[in-house]
Formats: sequence, structure tokens, C-alpha cells
Amino acid sequence: MIIDILSWICLLAGGALGIIGGVGIYRFPDFYSRLHAAGITDTLCAMLILLGLGLQAGWGIAAFKLALIFVFLFFTSPTASHALANAALHSGLKPKLDMESRHD
Amino acid sequence: MKSYSFAALLFIFWIFLSGHFEPLLLGFGVVSVALTVFLSKRMNVIDHESYPLHLSSKLPSFFLYILKEIVKANIDVVIRILGWRGASVSPQLVKIPLLQKNDLGAVIYANAITLTPGTVSIELSDETITIHALTKAAADELATGRMSNEISKRVFEK
Repeated sequence: MIIDILSWICLLAGGALGIIGGVGIYRFPDFYSRLHAAGITDTLCAMLILLGLGLQAGWGIAAFKLALIFVFLFFTSPTASHALANAALHSGLKPKLDMESRHD
Repeated sequence: MKSYSFAALLFIFWIFLSGHFEPLLLGFGVVSVALTVFLSKRMNVIDHESYPLHLSSKLPSFFLYILKEIVKANIDVVIRILGWRGASVSPQLVKIPLLQKNDLGAVIYANAITLTPGTVSIELSDETITIHALTKAAADELATGRMSNEISKRVFEK
């Protein structure tokens, strides 16, 4: 029962973060800042959903596989973000910067 | 020596993923592990970098730290997306020094930066990392080098 409640909290919070990440991708001004919004869905959203599913699955092979998915996401998603940002930079896409508060 | 522990790990991995103990399936496991180890040895990819077993004892402490940072950064970016209390974004591009001297350290650091929403590492050179940060606060925080120190301390020191 407690586990059910916990897992529902995780799943709902994860889902909400997914939606917020989507809203962020829509609202942010340029490609690079949109990457940050996508970062939310990559990290905490995915973690919470996997944790919620793991709580439902209980100890066993399914939980182990969910943990593996988490580990793969943990290593590949920053690599993918970096590759995207790097490719954009090298093909000449200029980030929209906030000039007023720049400090260098 | 490394290839033995590599084979053992791969086989444990196989058992956990399959969950079957019939001789036939275990046999398939042995064959595929042997093939994988043979190919990796031939390709010379079982080394300190691709198979960093010596770092595995550092994983829990590093993981706890990065998890804390991820949660903090997520909350900050969520507030900025929703625009609560007039929160807005002011994208920055900053160069920060790269203090990790080996490739593995640089990759761990750059990945940690990218994993925390609000900062993305967009270019690496030998001595600097170029960061795109969503806010000035996030850029300043990275410029203090606290995260770099924490990671060096947690991953590479005894």
C-alpha cells in the first residue's frame, strides 16, 4: 500500500516533469536553451518514472532491467546532448545570449 | 587478468538479463561471452579507460553527489520554465578551465555538467570547456570550480 502510494507519487511527478520539459522546449528562445529543457526529461523525469515502475515491479529481474535502463540513460543522454550542441556550434548556429548580464 | 573479470561480469550480466538456468541457455551465454571477450581482446579495447573497474568503489559517492546536483538544477529549470515569481532565462556562453588532466576525467566532468539541466558542455579543448548556461547564476556557479573539485575529489582521490 505504502509502496503503491510512493510509486504513484514518483510516476505522477515524473509525468508532470515530462510535460514541463515539453513546455520548456516550446517556451525557450533558441536551440541551446531548449536543450536545457530537454535535459529535464532526460534526467529527473526519466529517473522518477523508472523509480516508480521499479517500485511496482518489486525486487527481481524486471527491477534490475529498469536499473540498467537508468544506467544507460545516465551515460548516453549527456553524450547525446553534447553531440547535438557541439554539432550545432560547429555548423555555425549562434546562441542567443543575454548580453546585458554578461560578465566577461 | 582483466579479461577474466570482464568475462565473469559479462556472464553475471547474461544470467540477470535472461533469468533462465537451462543448460542450453547457459551454454549460449558462455558462447556469446567467449566471443565478446575474444573480439574485445582482438580490438584491444579492454583497458583502463573503457573498462574502469578501478573506479567502481568511487561510484556511490559520485552518484549521490551528482543526484543531488541534478535534483537542485531540475527544480531551478522547472521554476524558470513555468516563470514563477518572474523567473526568466538569460543564456550565457562561458569558458571554464578544465582541470582534469586525463581523458576519462574530462569526460566524467563534461558529462556531469551536461547531466545537470541548466548547463550543457558544448565544446572541449585541452584546457577549457565551453559551457552554455541557462542563467548567469548557473554559469557563475560553474566558474567557481566547485563541481570540478568535488568530482576530482570523489573520483580520483583515495
